[in-house]
Amino acid sequence: MTDTVATSTTARVGNRSRPSRSGPRWLIIASFLTPALIVLGALVVYPIVFTLVRSFYDRGGEEFVGWTNYVTMFTNETTFTAIRNNVLWVLVAPAACTILGLVFAVLLERLKWKTAFRLIIFMPMAISMLAAGVIFRSMFQESPQLGTVNAALVAVDSVFSDAAYYPGANPRGDAGIEAEAGIIAAQAELVPGEQQNFPLVAIRQDDVPEEAVQAAAAPSAGEGELTGVVWLDVVSGGGGVNGEIDDGERGLPGIRVDAVAADGTIAGNAVTEVDGTYVIDGLDPGVSYRLALPAANFSEGFQGVSWLSSTFINAVVILSYIWIWAGFAMVMISSGLSAMDRSLQEAARMDGANEWRVFTRITAPLLAPVLLVVLVTLIINVLKIFDLVYVIPPGTSKPAANVIAVEMWTQSFGGGNHYGLGSALAILLLVLVLPSMILNIRRFREERRS
Amino acid sequence: MKKNGLRSVLAGVTLVSVALLGACANGETDGDVTADPTTDGETSAPVDGETDGNGEATGDWGDFSGETLNVVAAWSGGEQANFEQVTAAFEEATGATISYESFGDNGPTFIQGRLEGGNPPNVAIVGQPALMQQLASAGDILPLNDEVLAAVNENYSQSWLDLGSVDGEVYGVWFKAANKSTMWYNNDIWSEAGADPAAAEEWDGFLEQLGLIRDSGYAGISIGADVGWPLTDWFENVYLRTAGAEMYDQLTNHEIPWTDPSVQEALEVLATLWGTDLVQDGGGQRDFPTSVTEVFGASPAAGTVYEGDFVAGNIADDGNSTVGENALFFDFPSINGSAPAVVGGGDVAIQFTEDEATSAFMRFLASPESASIWVPNGGLTSPNSGVDTSLYPDEISQQIAEALVGAEDFRFDMSDLTPSAFGGTQGQGFWQEMITFYENPDDVQGAMERLEAAAASAYNE
Repeated sequence: MTDTVATSTTARVGNRSRPSRSGPRWLIIASFLTPALIVLGALVVYPIVFTLVRSFYDRGGEEFVGWTNYVTMFTNETTFTAIRNNVLWVLVAPAACTILGLVFAVLLERLKWKTAFRLIIFMPMAISMLAAGVIFRSMFQESPQLGTVNAALVAVDSVFSDAAYYPGANPRGDAGIEAEAGIIAAQAELVPGEQQNFPLVAIRQDDVPEEAVQAAAAPSAGEGELTGVVWLDVVSGGGGVNGEIDDGERGLPGIRVDAVAADGTIAGNAVTEVDGTYVIDGLDPGVSYRLALPAANFSEGFQGVSWLSSTFINAVVILSYIWIWAGFAMVMISSGLSAMDRSLQEAARMDGANEWRVFTRITAPLLAPVLLVVLVTLIINVLKIFDLVYVIPPGTSKPAANVIAVEMWTQSFGGGNHYGLGSALAILLLVLVLPSMILNIRRFREERRS
Repeated sequence: MKKNGLRSVLAGVTLVSVALLGACANGETDGDVTADPTTDGETSAPVDGETDGNGEATGDWGDFSGETLNVVAAWSGGEQANFEQVTAAFEEATGATISYESFGDNGPTFIQGRLEGGNPPNVAIVGQPALMQQLASAGDILPLNDEVLAAVNENYSQSWLDLGSVDGEVYGVWFKAANKSTMWYNNDIWSEAGADPAAAEEWDGFLEQLGLIRDSGYAGISIGADVGWPLTDWFENVYLRTAGAEMYDQLTNHEIPWTDPSVQEALEVLATLWGTDLVQDGGGQRDFPTSVTEVFGASPAAGTVYEGDFVAGNIADDGNSTVGENALFFDFPSINGSAPAVVGGGDVAIQFTEDEATSAFMRFLASPESASIWVPNGGLTSPNSGVDTSLYPDEISQQIAEALVGAEDFRFDMSDLTPSAFGGTQGQGFWQEMITFYENPDDVQGAMERLEAAAASAYNE
């Protein structure tokens, strides 16, 4: 004790007794560093080393397999898709977030209510990734009844197109009629004076208009006329003969029937009555026509886009990421903007530079260090992306949306029980993150030097 | 001995039981019996399957006053209360005390932890046959003794014996069963379409009925293919019917490859339904509960949905249809005249300690008495053929139980028996390949090859 006091006094006095001072000082440094080193060693170094070793062993951890897991990683289709998707993520998401953040930051600066807007854009950051994933999943559901996005698209579409009376109706099989591209047409060609019936199915009894009555037999066709009946060939509760008008089968009113001439022009048309009958008149006797029920009668209309299918799934998941992280980029860039010396901009404006020139030649270059920090942070973040990819895709598009972190989890803990391959994927992730880490650390050092 | 015998005679006379009189004539009752009638130890399980209505077990289970048995199972809440009624009957009959613990979803971890701590339970009731196999191979559990085995032989069909066996020795008593071969239909839609469940006993007839429903403007069947497990259950049911139980076992153990012609046949049968206009559109993005709502919800869009007996729970949760009224089921259709077959699951009781009280409890679980206490309360389907099916609280659960007990072939859910990397992992293996096949049922060959590749890597070959 006294010794320490003595050395500290001597140290203050001068630096004569250097050897006696370095002993305790070394001890002090060690006593401060050891806890941190132990924690770092146990929680960072040991797991990394263990994972590295484990990645060279097989599923059960008993057999050394060399590079096999690493080879599997790039040859197995599932894991390779994951790696490819990660590349896509890194290329798109950080850049998009940064650009959007920059746009928001620069534009909002001029607004009076900028704090309110900033708050709104930053808000998604406060939501957990998992919850955000659930929100996006339900927003992009395919069924317009469930998904907001498709509901909106369908609503817009329905403003411009009329709803069909009988969506989804089909021709009864083996009745001489067929469906092609939404049109239900007779197979045979007819000359005026003949009849063509259209027995239809796949319409709910509830969807038949109330004014509809029991289907009548086709009216006899006069000169220049084609007639027939369009009816729902289903008896409520079953029974009846397919293709024949039975008791309890109602006519389908309001269906347009076209008589199509050989050259494809519509020579005449009619709309069915409450008992399903129609009469097309004014046709040339002796000319043959094909009768067709145009698609407008049956079109279900626009049913929305299958957003969560494998085609769009990556776009949707990346969009949800951008929604969350653009706010982060904006806040970082805003703080960079407010710390900026404005005299250069002023000078440029005085010299007659327009706003675009001021932005591209002065503001953006001055912001470059901030932009780089944001970009690198986001790249590291994106490489590790897990939650959103785990939550948003439904089963059918899970393989298409796979990324390394999800695949690593699935292989090790999600049921795959292949800790070897899981470890190898973890090491790959580490190797991919390293360059951006090194870049970041270097930059910090440079900053400190300057 | 004399004194005990005399007391037994008195008890027997007052309760008038033929079996009892015979036992007393032998003078071999060995328990200190006061209230409950007992038969001798030779008749291992009473055949009359009687309960006295108060949840008390009849029959001789021995006297284990002062002994405590630790029983663990997954059941909690209402199921735990029902099971505790079962254990209470045993306590009353024998004087033993049973402490029940629920391990929730963590059966394997819980049991492994107790084993490592040197404190295994006396009896565990687990849902994973693979866990039973693993414990048996490690020597942690005991094969059933002769008395219990006799009771099991008497009350269970061969399928259940096989399922409870490891390397030819019977280790497990199946206490609870689940039937995953039930086709649920909305009777309102079926009757409006004039479709007849009786005509759907055979696959082709089934497709015809679905066609009638499609013609009436509803989708024939709704499938939730967002995750793979409902689809693997479909495949298992079809495969069990087209290839038979033996092939099913071989495929489960990967003794035959997934490129086997029998797999092709099953997939081709599935393709006659999947991908046709009988199935509601958009299955790939529909989760399973939604597929039930599509059939039994407020505005139903499809007539039928396939899954296990637990669909009744989904229907009750949704609340728009009533099981037993408009929500009914029929057995999974037979294919090419196949015999009644059921794919399912269940909970098996296994014994960790070798003592008389534990063995007596196992014997009790193997007898119809134990299940008969729970069955009337609902929520238990017993694989025990000694249980009177009239005890089930409603027609639906009775029908489920009858299908289960009456099945000539019962097989455990294949995906639960295969390595989890193959049969239980989201996004890969059996689950994912069935989703891919659902999306593209024309590609039977490709599906088989991908399944085989996934199986080969999961079985570590």
